[in-house]
Amino acid sequence: MKYVYYPGCSAESTARDHHMSILEVARALDIDVEELKGWTCCGSTPAHHTDKLLSLSLPAANLLKAQESGLNMVVSCAACFNRMKVANHEIRTNPDVKKQIANTLGKEYGGDVEIRHFIEILLEDIGIQRLKDAFTHSINDLKVVSYYGCLLVRPHEITKFDDPENPTSMDRLVEAMGGEALDWPHKVECCGGGFALSRPDIVIELSDSILGMAEAAGAQCIAVACPMCQVNLDLRQKDINRKKNRNYNLPIVYITQLLGLCLGISQKRLGMKKCIVSPMPVIEMLSKAV
Amino acid sequence: MTLVINKGISPNNMVNSVLEISGVDINCCLQCKKCTNGCPVVTMVDTPPSEIIRQLQLNAGDDILKSDLVWMCASCETCFSRCPMKIDMAAVMDALRIMDAKKTIPARTSKVNKFNNAFLSTVKMFGRTYDIGMIAAYKIKTFNLLQDTDKFPAMIRKRKIALFPNFGADKKYIRRIFKKTSK
Repeated sequence: MKYVYYPGCSAESTARDHHMSILEVARALDIDVEELKGWTCCGSTPAHHTDKLLSLSLPAANLLKAQESGLNMVVSCAACFNRMKVANHEIRTNPDVKKQIANTLGKEYGGDVEIRHFIEILLEDIGIQRLKDAFTHSINDLKVVSYYGCLLVRPHEITKFDDPENPTSMDRLVEAMGGEALDWPHKVECCGGGFALSRPDIVIELSDSILGMAEAAGAQCIAVACPMCQVNLDLRQKDINRKKNRNYNLPIVYITQLLGLCLGISQKRLGMKKCIVSPMPVIEMLSKAV
Repeated sequence: MTLVINKGISPNNMVNSVLEISGVDINCCLQCKKCTNGCPVVTMVDTPPSEIIRQLQLNAGDDILKSDLVWMCASCETCFSRCPMKIDMAAVMDALRIMDAKKTIPARTSKVNKFNNAFLSTVKMFGRTYDIGMIAAYKIKTFNLLQDTDKFPAMIRKRKIALFPNFGADKKYIRRIFKKTSK
């Protein structure tokens, strides 16, 4: 199994822990990921807010590079995953758009690269049984709510990730690690995403509702797969406590960090210390699997 | 309920401009309001998504760009995801933002627009985003130098933000893309 890996800009900054944990988990499971050489930004929300052709050409430039490598693409960031999928979809279904993008890039890309999120690789290519066999540690009934957010699941016709209203991919991984995957209604609610800097007031409202529901469900931590969700729920948690008069103390960990812990990888290599809300309640539950 | 529709400065109906930019035809909307019921910011805005569509159907002019939802929509795509007529409402909102950003004085909550420009300027420069450069540019544009400074010490200590830009991006296509789209 070999993939070309697109880390996305956050992997070099706010989501280094996500990037580190994905590479560690991939190595432990013999998934061969090769970073896309010279990759560039997917444009994220600012691009589709600004210009449609810009928002499709930025991911297409990377897909073209991936095509040249001859490998299919695995993406870690939910936003990049979404933008890559949208670009591929438009190129495949709209000949005019395909032509415009070819003109912008100076080279034609036909939409042939398959794009998958790292979680899909884990579930579809590795499978729960092989994961269970590889785990050396268990999270021992740790109560986890899985939070998927917007960009992995919507629009479903394009991302084709799991179920758009009630996804269970991360829940299945949590159960496999010996945790208790709690059912809760906010799996695919929005955290405020790209408003992290420009409209923190909106992020505080939306993320407060997610943290509140997680707490009401009895969660000991929230598992995420999107760098924007992680930052909004983790870095803003203190602000939310202050502004909304709450007392949240919920660790926000990447699902790949949890998987890494169960694969016996050190906390340091998984970037556990980068979490703002201490992940110690999660780490303390960890023990050698019997 | 009374719906007041202002035409604004431009006499043109916005519905055609929306169709031109986004490729989305909103005329098949049934006003079932599933978009509005699922919208995460609906309690914070005066004009919900279904009303934007209704106004467009009833020949709204460019005053519609002043609707608060235009720059408060989080692009979560719940509206599109649940629409029984498969209207890509998120793309409609993109079209409205694109039109508003082109105006000399973009609408009230244009902090988002300023952020977008700061973000894209680092992409244009380095091929990838550079958070500290982007934050600095955004703060200067919004005259809000003190926002979130309490978070920097922990972020820097934990190396949760890159201090320097990464120069590993291959800018061959980036240069062409920004030139061709004249952004």
